[in-house]
Amino acid sequence: MYLYDEIDQRLVDERVVQFRDQTRRFLAGELSEDDFRPLRLQNGLYIQRFAPMLRIAIPYGLLASRQLRALAYIARKWDRGYGHFSTRQNIQFNWPRLEDVPEILAKLATVQMHAIQTSGNCIRNTTTDHFAGVADDEIVDPFVWCEIIRQWSTFHPEFAYLPRKFKIAVSGSEADRAATQVHDIGLQARRDVSGNVGFRVLAGGGLGRTPLIGAVMREFLPWQHLLTYLEAILRVYNRYGRRDNKYRARIKILVKDLTPDVFRAQVEEEWAHLQDGASTLTADEVQRLEKRFTRPCYRKSDALSSGYVLALARDKAFGNWVRRNVQPHKVAGYAAVTLSLKKTGVPPGDATADQMDAVADLADRYSFGELRVSHEQNLILADVRQADLYQLWQEARTLGLATPNIGLLTNIIACPGGDFCSLANAKSIPVAEAIQQRFDDLDYLHDIGELDLNISGCMNSCGHHHIGHIGILGVDKQGAEYYQISIGGAQGNDAALGKVLGPSVSQAEVPDVIEHLIELYLARRDSEAERFIDVVRRIGIEPFKDHVYGSHHQATASRHRQLAAA
Amino acid sequence: MAVIIRQRQVVTDNWRLLKPAADGGITIPPDGDVIVPLSVWREQREELRARPGRLGVWLAATDDPALIAGDLRHLELIAVDFPQFTDGRGYSIARLLRERYGWRGELRAIGDVLRDQLFYLARCGFDAFALRDGQDAQAALSAFDDFSEAYQASVERPRPLFRRRGAGSPNRLERV
Repeated sequence: MYLYDEIDQRLVDERVVQFRDQTRRFLAGELSEDDFRPLRLQNGLYIQRFAPMLRIAIPYGLLASRQLRALAYIARKWDRGYGHFSTRQNIQFNWPRLEDVPEILAKLATVQMHAIQTSGNCIRNTTTDHFAGVADDEIVDPFVWCEIIRQWSTFHPEFAYLPRKFKIAVSGSEADRAATQVHDIGLQARRDVSGNVGFRVLAGGGLGRTPLIGAVMREFLPWQHLLTYLEAILRVYNRYGRRDNKYRARIKILVKDLTPDVFRAQVEEEWAHLQDGASTLTADEVQRLEKRFTRPCYRKSDALSSGYVLALARDKAFGNWVRRNVQPHKVAGYAAVTLSLKKTGVPPGDATADQMDAVADLADRYSFGELRVSHEQNLILADVRQADLYQLWQEARTLGLATPNIGLLTNIIACPGGDFCSLANAKSIPVAEAIQQRFDDLDYLHDIGELDLNISGCMNSCGHHHIGHIGILGVDKQGAEYYQISIGGAQGNDAALGKVLGPSVSQAEVPDVIEHLIELYLARRDSEAERFIDVVRRIGIEPFKDHVYGSHHQATASRHRQLAAA
Repeated sequence: MAVIIRQRQVVTDNWRLLKPAADGGITIPPDGDVIVPLSVWREQREELRARPGRLGVWLAATDDPALIAGDLRHLELIAVDFPQFTDGRGYSIARLLRERYGWRGELRAIGDVLRDQLFYLARCGFDAFALRDGQDAQAALSAFDDFSEAYQASVERPRPLFRRRGAGSPNRLERV
C-alpha cells in the first residue's frame, strides 16, 4: 500500500475544501449547471438516472482494509448499503445526495482516498495488473510506476480539459493482465539486453464506438523518460484531438486519422523539446516511492502445507475453488485468492457494506490487511498462506464470495447498464443473471473451461464487450432493448476485438444464443485443452453464425423459429 | 473601463480587444492600446508597428503559437482565447509561449475564463485574466490559493515536486 506523505495528504484535503465551496456556490445559484458540470465530474460525480452517481478512485486497484471499511461506512451512511466495483478498478455509489458529496469526500480523505479525476475529460485512474507484486513473471512492480503516473497526472494543469477522457494502463509482467492494448496509452514494462528497465509504449487503443488496438510509439522507452514522453503524447493530443464531435474525440481517432506513423512523428518532434527536461525521472524519486509502499513480511515456509493437501484430497468443492480462484504466488507457501463478486443473482461487481466489512476482516487476518480490485470486478487477497486457504474458503463461502467461477463463463464482466446508467441503451444486470442461471451446473461450467463473457449496456463499452471471448452489447432497436453478440475478442498479449455474429436479439433470446455458441464449441473442440477462443480462431465465426442463425443467415423470422425450437 | 485580474490583483484595463466583424473586416482605431487577431498582425505588421499606442496579439485556440515566436520583441501583450472554458488548447499554447518561445510579457486569458480554472491557467503561465462577463473578479482571487503545492513542473514552478524535495525546499515537513 502506498502511504501518503504530508504533501499528498494536504493536496487531497485542499481538494475537499475546493469542492465544498464549488458545491456551495452551485446550490446557492452562483455557479450554473453548465459551469459546475466539469467540476463535479472531475470529482467523480455524475447526475444519473435516479440520483447522482459518485465514482471513488481506487488507484491501480489497491486498497487497505481500513479503506474498505470506510467504503462500507459510506455505503451505509450515504447510500443504500452497497457499492459497485467497476472495470476501472474503482467503486461507484449510485444513491448519494449531491449535498452530501463534500462530506463523503472529507470522510475519504481521512483514509487517504478521493474521487479526483474519476470522470471528466482528463487523465483518469491508472490501472494495472491485479496480481502486481505477486506474479512470478513480473519484470517490474507496476504499482510504483502507477503511483508515479498518479502523482504526475493529479491536477496536471495542462491536461485537465482534454478533448475527451484519457486512460492509461501499465503492465509490469510478461503476460499483459491490464488490457494495455485497448487503452489511450498502454505501457508494457520491458528490460533491454543490459537489463535496464523501460516501457513499450502504445497509444490510440480503445473500445467504445470505434474499437482499436493501440499503435506502438516506442518499442523501448528508458524509464527516466516516462513522464516527458507522456507529456509529449498528451500535448499533441490536447492540441490536435478533435473537439467538434464527442464521438470522434478520443486519441485513437487522432492516431487513426493522422496514421500511427504521422502521429508518432509529431510526438517525437514534441518530445525532442521535452527530453532530458526537469520532469525526467530520477532513481532517487523511484526509490523514494518504492519505500513508501508497505510490503508484506512473508513467513518462511518451504514444503506444501499438509493440511492443505489433505483438504484438497477430501473436499471436492474446495478443490474446484482452488482450481479456479487460487493463483500461484512468487513466494513459496503463499497464494493469491480471488473472491468472486459474480454470484448468480447478484449484479456483477456489487458488494454490500456487510460484505465489505467482512472482506476487510479477511484481509486483516489472511492477507496483511490489503486487497485489490480487479478490472474483472472481483476482489483479490494477494498474499494468503497456503496453510490458511481451507479456512479462508469456508469463511468466504459463508459470505457468498467463493463462487468457483474465475475465468469461466459466469465470471461475467458487466457495466451497471440501463437499471442505473442514463447512457445505457439496454439493461446488463438481468442479462448477466439469465446467463448465470442457464449455466448454473458447475460441472458443465468447468467442462466448458476458460471463457470471458463481457456485457456493455451501450457503445461506451464500460463492460469491455469488444474484448470478451463472447461480447454482448445493448442496442436500441426502435425503442426496444436488443443485444448484439460478438465472438473472438480477447484481452492480454494476443488482444483482439470481437466480430459481430449477426442480427441483434431480444433479451429473452440471449441465453439461447450463448447456449448455441457453447454447443458448437463443445462439438468442434479438439480436446478439453482447446478453449472457446481457440476454436473461434481456428474455424472462424461462420460455423458459429450458421449454428445460431441457421445455415442461410436468413431473415429475422427464421431466426425466431430456430430459437423457439431450441 | 474594463476590470481584469493582473498579477493577482483586480485592476482597470485600457487595452481594446479587436475582433473581426461578421463580414471578416476589422476596424483599427487610430490610437490607443489594441489587441489584434493573429491574422491581422501577420497581414498588417508594418502599419500596426507604425501606429501610436501599444500592440498586443490574440491567438485563437486553433492558432499555432510558433507563428509569432519570431515576433515577440514587437509585442507588449499576448492573449489566448478560450471559446469555452472546457476547451483546453489554450493551456498548451500558454506553456509553449512561456517555456519554448520565451515570452516574458503579459499573457492574458480571454473569452470563457472563469474562477474555477484560474489555478491551472496561472500554472501554465497566464498572469492576466479577463473574466467572462458577470464574474466577480474580487471573489475569484482566492482561486489562486486553491492548492498550496503541485506535483508537476509548470511555468510557475519549473521544477517538479520530486526535484524540490529535501533540504531548503518548502516541503521539509515530509515524514519519511
